[in-house]
Amino acid sequence: MVTSVTSFSRTGLSDWLIQRVTSLVLLAYFIVIAYQLVGSVDYTSWRLLFDQTWMKVFTLMAALSLVAHSWIGLWSVFTDYLTERMLGPKGNIIRLLSQLGASLALFGYVIWVVVIIWS
Amino acid sequence: MLEVSLYRYNPETDEAPYMQDFSVDTSGRDLMVLDVLELIKADYDGSVTYRRSCREGVCGSDGLNMNGKNGLACVTPLSETVKGEKLVIRPLPGLPVIRDLVVDMSLFYAQYEKVQPYLQNPSPAPAIERLQSPEERAQLDGLYECILCACCSTSCPSFWWNPDRFIGPAGLLQAYRFLADSRDTATEERLGKLDDPFSVFRCHGIQNCVNVCPKGLNPTKAIGHIRTMLLNRAT
Repeated sequence: MVTSVTSFSRTGLSDWLIQRVTSLVLLAYFIVIAYQLVGSVDYTSWRLLFDQTWMKVFTLMAALSLVAHSWIGLWSVFTDYLTERMLGPKGNIIRLLSQLGASLALFGYVIWVVVIIWS
Repeated sequence: MLEVSLYRYNPETDEAPYMQDFSVDTSGRDLMVLDVLELIKADYDGSVTYRRSCREGVCGSDGLNMNGKNGLACVTPLSETVKGEKLVIRPLPGLPVIRDLVVDMSLFYAQYEKVQPYLQNPSPAPAIERLQSPEERAQLDGLYECILCACCSTSCPSFWWNPDRFIGPAGLLQAYRFLADSRDTATEERLGKLDDPFSVFRCHGIQNCVNVCPKGLNPTKAIGHIRTMLLNRAT
C-alpha cells in the first residue's frame, strides 16, 4: 500500500505550494548565476561574488529549496513506479530503500554546499 | 479494405491476450469505428465482445483506445483516427480486462463515489425547486455534461499508477461540479476530503484528459479551480 507518511509535508496542498515557491527561488538563483556567467568571469570575480553574505545566504536558500523541490518530485516518482502494484511484494521495500538513498544524497548535497560556501 | 487489428482476450479460454487481424470492406464509406465493430461482429466473428448502447455519444458505453487515442467508438469517424488503412482497437488502458474490449470499471466508479456526486443541502427543500441565478447556473457549464465514459481517467498516467488513490480527471471534474454549485452547502467537507497528496495533487497537468474528452470538457481546468479553492481555504 502506498502511504503519504513519507511525503514532504503530509498534505497535498503544502507539497504543491512548496514545490512552486522553491521553483521560483531556484529560478531566481539560476538567473543570478547566468547573469554572472554571461559577463566575463574569472576566479577573482567569482570568489568576490561568493564572499558576499547575501550570496552565501542566497546559495544556502537555493540548496534548501532544491532539497524540498527534489524530495517532493522524487516522492511522486517513487510512489508512481516503485509500488507493490508495479513491482509485486517487494515494491514497498524497494521504495523505502530508494527514498532513504535519495534523502541521504540530498542531505549530503546540503552539507557539501555549506562546507563550500561557509568554510 | 480496412485492416483492423483487434485486442482479443477471453479469460476462460485464452492464456494471454492477443491481437486478431480483420480485413473489413467498408466500401469506401467514412464509417464510425463502432460501425466497423458491428460489421466485424456480424460478418466475421460473432464472439467479438464490446459495450455499446446509444450509438450517438450520449451513454458513454463504448469508450475504447483507437490507434493509441481514447475516444467513443460511436462518434469517432474512420477519417479522424485511421492512418494508412490501419486501425488498432484496444480496450481502455489501465483497467482490468473482463473480455476483449470490455473493461472492469469498478476502480473508476469507486473514485467517482468518493467525491459524493450529489447535491448536499440539509435545509428543507422548497416547494418547487432550489433556484439559481443565470450566472450561478452558468458556473456548471462545462462540468455537468460529463457522461462518465472513462476516456479521460484511463488516458491519465497518474490514474494508471494510483487508481486506488488518485481520484482521476472524471471524478475531479464532478467534484468541482458540486463545489461550484451555489445550492450545495457541503463545500468545506468536500474540500477537507481532497487535501491529501494523492486525491487531487497527483495531477501533474499533462492534459491527456483534455485531449481525449469526447464531450470537449476540460478536467485540468476544473482541477486547477479545486486547487485554488483549497489554497484559499488554507490561507
